[in-house]
Amino acid sequence: MEAFTAHTGTAAPLRRSNVDTDQIIPAEYLKRITRHGFEDALFASWRKDPEFVLNLPQYQDVSILITGPDFGTGSSREHAVWALQDYGFKVVLSSRFADIFRGNSGKGGLLTAVIPQTAIETLWEIIESSPNTPITVDLQDRKVTAGEYSCDFEVDDYVRWRLLEGLDDIGITLEQADAIDEFEKSRPSFKPVLTSSP
Amino acid sequence: MGRTLAEKVWSDHVVHEGDGLPDLLYIDLHLIHEVTSPQAFDGLRAAGRPLRRPDLTVATEDHNIPTVDVDKPIADPVSRIQVETLRKNCEEFRVTLFPLGDVEQGIVHVVGPQMGLTQPGMTIVCGDSHTSTHGAFGALAFGIGTSEVEHVMATQTLPLKPFKTMAITVEGDLPVGVTSKDIILAVIAKIGTAGGQGYVLEYRGSAIKALSMEGRMTICNMSIEAGARAGMVAPDATTFEYIKGKSHAPQGSDWEAAVAYWETLVTDPDARFDKEITFDASTLRPFVTWGTNPGQGLPLDQVVPDPQSYTDPVERAAIESALAYMDLRPGQPLKEIPIDTVFLGSCTNGRIEDLRAAAHVIKNRKVADGVRLLVVPGSTRVRLEAESEGLDQIFLDAGAEWRGAGCSMCLAMNSDKLNPGERSASTSNRNFEGRQGPGGRTHLVSPEVAAATAVRGTLSAPADLVEV
Ligand code: SF4
Repeated sequence: MEAFTAHTGTAAPLRRSNVDTDQIIPAEYLKRITRHGFEDALFASWRKDPEFVLNLPQYQDVSILITGPDFGTGSSREHAVWALQDYGFKVVLSSRFADIFRGNSGKGGLLTAVIPQTAIETLWEIIESSPNTPITVDLQDRKVTAGEYSCDFEVDDYVRWRLLEGLDDIGITLEQADAIDEFEKSRPSFKPVLTSSP
Repeated sequence: MGRTLAEKVWSDHVVHEGDGLPDLLYIDLHLIHEVTSPQAFDGLRAAGRPLRRPDLTVATEDHNIPTVDVDKPIADPVSRIQVETLRKNCEEFRVTLFPLGDVEQGIVHVVGPQMGLTQPGMTIVCGDSHTSTHGAFGALAFGIGTSEVEHVMATQTLPLKPFKTMAITVEGDLPVGVTSKDIILAVIAKIGTAGGQGYVLEYRGSAIKALSMEGRMTICNMSIEAGARAGMVAPDATTFEYIKGKSHAPQGSDWEAAVAYWETLVTDPDARFDKEITFDASTLRPFVTWGTNPGQGLPLDQVVPDPQSYTDPVERAAIESALAYMDLRPGQPLKEIPIDTVFLGSCTNGRIEDLRAAAHVIKNRKVADGVRLLVVPGSTRVRLEAESEGLDQIFLDAGAEWRGAGCSMCLAMNSDKLNPGERSASTSNRNFEGRQGPGGRTHLVSPEVAAATAVRGTLSAPADLVEV
């Protein structure tokens, strides 16, 4: 995974709460077996509306999404993260993310930064009146800056460390291979196993 | 101090303590399906890593398969490729797979319990958020994303931060006609879709103890709709009875050892939960959702809420947009909402008891004119069991469609979809915009309410039906 230290880009306001992963990427796009190529699937049904924020001329080429509370609820589909990234998003800002979505984002290198809803409202006003305002999200300092305005954001310490270093989770875990071997020796015999096919 | 059920199961699976970093947790069972696994298998191949424990991994085909013509090749070429990819991957990595046509095939959360693979005290994961279902057995079970699927394939572990714990205590007797689905819809309406975030929910109290395993599964299933990754019920005699004799249940002396361990899996009397909420079962009524998230629900005898009576601007906006999408007006009685399609199925309510309950309501009655009732058993075994009891004939006589097993219209990946603007009463778990087909509108209900609604054509409880 590529390391993430800071990102500067323009942002789009998504004035909705409870944006579930079925909205981020509808189920029909989950038939694909690749990890990329989901840009057309992002918010597919909302994007049919010409007034939808990502269709407005002032929000083309955005890389930061600023959204209402409870973003990413519902299905565990990691395709939601891939679709956001394929579209060009590097950061999502919200006052609250659903757990599985936030976990998936951390694995894929999409930064989900938590700021209070009042800060979300302020940023919405800034980018609605001046859509070209560059916004900087600094993971090192945990700070969001938009012109004169700035605020601190929250991010899980472990996720932050992994993103800053660009580390691969599986690689980290495999360093514990001996501990896993050891644990397996003491598992009770009554736990179910499947006989693997030859 | 004592420990909660969740804390006991957690600590029995810690491979490596994190010391500030996440703990490394051993995973006893990894369930796989066609939609969230292909990229994970690709990841293993790209890194040249083996799948560590094929014997603790099991796959089934459920999300993206047809429920008609199940003996023919899958018609949709894109879906066919996805299902064939699962078959190839399972062969290459020696994972047991229950494909279409196999008696054990079905929705992944129906398959684990029906085979006795789901047992108390286990850690169970799947690339599917309703893995919380398995918590009904006192397992710690939760949904994961595809990167985590790959992680479990490669290491049989996951790095995780401990969850907080929340007790949801439901005391008292449920009134007649009120089901476990109504309990969980009422819980979600009360605590909200983010109320359980960061917690493992433990459902307890006399009303939970009185439920069958299938009723408990319905409740744990929808923990994710309350924002919690996992829900649990302490195992008891009902649990042991359910598991006993299933194909993967412990045998002989293993059974004795297992039960002895399982009996320790209760929250200690002096354990402390991070949060506790109590419900009085006797006050619950049949429940239904009116909006576009599972927290937007009310008792069926209520009316559609008025956004103007909410002061929080975020909440008011959410209600306004939900009513616009659902095409409902404030003050409209819920029982007057007309329904086009009734979907009976899913990992929430697609088990044999659900089909029995709905069949009991619909027996000797007819589906209303212009209404379509789709009955989709949760697994092939459930379908065969229902057929041996004659339930299929009851549904068919009423004018319903009797289908093969799978997720079907719960998520509308196959051709079982609502048309734009169509409205369903559905026993599934998500009423999101377009969940059951682009432009479709969903009301979540219990199997009993689904059956009564199919007969009357508007949202209804069995008590609303005239005697036959
Ligand atoms: S039935 Fe629905 S909720 Fe359950 S696993 Fe299938 S798609 Fe997911």
